[in-house]
Amino acid sequence: MTRLIAQGLVAGYGPRRVLRGIDLDLGPGALTAVVGPNGAGKSTFLRALAGLLRPSAGSVRLDGHEVGTISRRELAGRIAVVPQSFDTLFPFTVREIVSLGRSARLPLFARPGAADARAVEGALAELDLGPLADRRMDSLSGGERQRAVLAMALAQESDVLLLDEPTVHLDPGHQRSTVLLVRELARARGLVLVTVLHDLNLAALADRIVALVDGAVAADGPPDAVLASGPVERIFGPGLRVALVDGRPVVIPDGRLS
Amino acid sequence: MSAGRGTATFAFLILLLPVSLVLAVMVGAVPIAPLDVLAALGGGGDPVSGIIIRELRGPRVLAAALVGGALGAAGALLQGLFRNPLADPYVTGTSAGAALGAVGVIALGGAVSAVVVPLAAFAGALVSALAVWQLARLGGRTTVLTVLLAGIVLTSFAGALVTLLLVSSDRLALRLRAIIDILSGGVAVRAPGELVVAAVIVALGLGLALALGRRIDAFVFGEETAATLGVDPEHTTIAVIGASALLTGAAVALAGLVGFVGLVVPHALRPFVGATHRRLVLACFIGGASALVLADLGARIVLAPAEVPVGVITGLVGAPFFLVLLVRAGRRATV
Repeated sequence: MTRLIAQGLVAGYGPRRVLRGIDLDLGPGALTAVVGPNGAGKSTFLRALAGLLRPSAGSVRLDGHEVGTISRRELAGRIAVVPQSFDTLFPFTVREIVSLGRSARLPLFARPGAADARAVEGALAELDLGPLADRRMDSLSGGERQRAVLAMALAQESDVLLLDEPTVHLDPGHQRSTVLLVRELARARGLVLVTVLHDLNLAALADRIVALVDGAVAADGPPDAVLASGPVERIFGPGLRVALVDGRPVVIPDGRLS
Repeated sequence: MSAGRGTATFAFLILLLPVSLVLAVMVGAVPIAPLDVLAALGGGGDPVSGIIIRELRGPRVLAAALVGGALGAAGALLQGLFRNPLADPYVTGTSAGAALGAVGVIALGGAVSAVVVPLAAFAGALVSALAVWQLARLGGRTTVLTVLLAGIVLTSFAGALVTLLLVSSDRLALRLRAIIDILSGGVAVRAPGELVVAAVIVALGLGLALALGRRIDAFVFGEETAATLGVDPEHTTIAVIGASALLTGAAVALAGLVGFVGLVVPHALRPFVGATHRRLVLACFIGGASALVLADLGARIVLAPAEVPVGVITGLVGAPFFLVLLVRAGRRATV
């Protein structure tokens, strides 16, 4: 059972502290959405979880080991990060991009083996990319490219999957299908899955919502607890109304000037 | 990229190289028939042709192949590493650093040996490429623009130091020819040992480049994604810069400042062999070799009997090409 645990996590850039003491226990089999106003430290939190940013105090531990002490190669097999930008300048094919997920497992000169091929083909199949595998990335739509980079992360066969605003370049239909897809991955594969989301109504599809304000956890719980009028106003300020549709919270901007 | 198209391209490049080499040996002030070229390679045939081939044209043509291959491969490495379609050893200042190293030892050194000049060029290329990398990321992230600006800064700085060496050295008169060769970009083999030493350095650089190919692929979405894919960005960058410095240093020691080969060759071949760097670097090595052999042939015949430095030919072809790419990059707003 994989656990990713932040304890008293303080981190930032130079003298600027962005995260001011975060305690979170992230377990497997559930999709956790991280929400919060601009500048709350959502992306910084994700980078700290991925071991890309050293905490200045506190720790991020993966099954008890501090992520900063695990080698890059080993960590790549445990934690995968889906890049936010997936533009490619050069004519890589989808299969070549997905194969990058195996980078850490290949010694300098070794050819990819059977396990690598299985992981790559499995990830392609899981995201319905089979027919697109030999197409160039730059010939695909935004949604298709998003699936390709997600497949690249899946090919890492990691226990933890981190996504930073995976829906930002997508239309509403693809936004919904992407969030449902990663939720299914979390549940079916028992992954620790954390995604930063701006759109609260997409976050409502997650199993758990963590709201950050000023680098600290302002709310943490199931969607209907976090997306209630009280917490939403506390986190985002006034001007948002919460309605219930089919028993689920829906957040709507209030049109009245106040 | 379809495997068939890539394989056909490799087959074409592998055939083109010997054809270019033989053609370049045939053409000159004394034309030599193709059969005489083959006979001379076997050690027989017409003795005068044999001397021309073994002593004059042969070494020069081989040097041109080595230089073109090295620059093509180095260009593919630098473009992949910086995620920058406009990078090559020339515009990133790596060549200028190598030239400074080479001119430095020629102007200041005691005896100029075949080993010292390529090694000094390698050292100069390494220092300037590392400096460009550090300068380009001062602002936090490396963009197409910061790499080019850092390259301009380094090129100007190295150029100033070369001029300083030229005016302050009293030994210069003796070695002016060697220095002009380096600064003007002309293929010249001054001693047979030079070719051997350069070949060894190029082989090391190419081996390292091929070993690193897959790790350069992991840079496609930036350094941070490379890190999460398990590829250490710092170590890989330094190793790739080392490989490109070996290739560029050897090229500059043999042929001086030859521009744009490293820019044009990867662009010409990428659509055919695909973007993965192991294949691309190998294709650029073979294709770059033919390209410079043919450019050097052009340099010998365009104003015959006078010769223009091959750097003039590559500059005339490469500069407009660079402009087209710059306009395209600007349109895509990747700058």
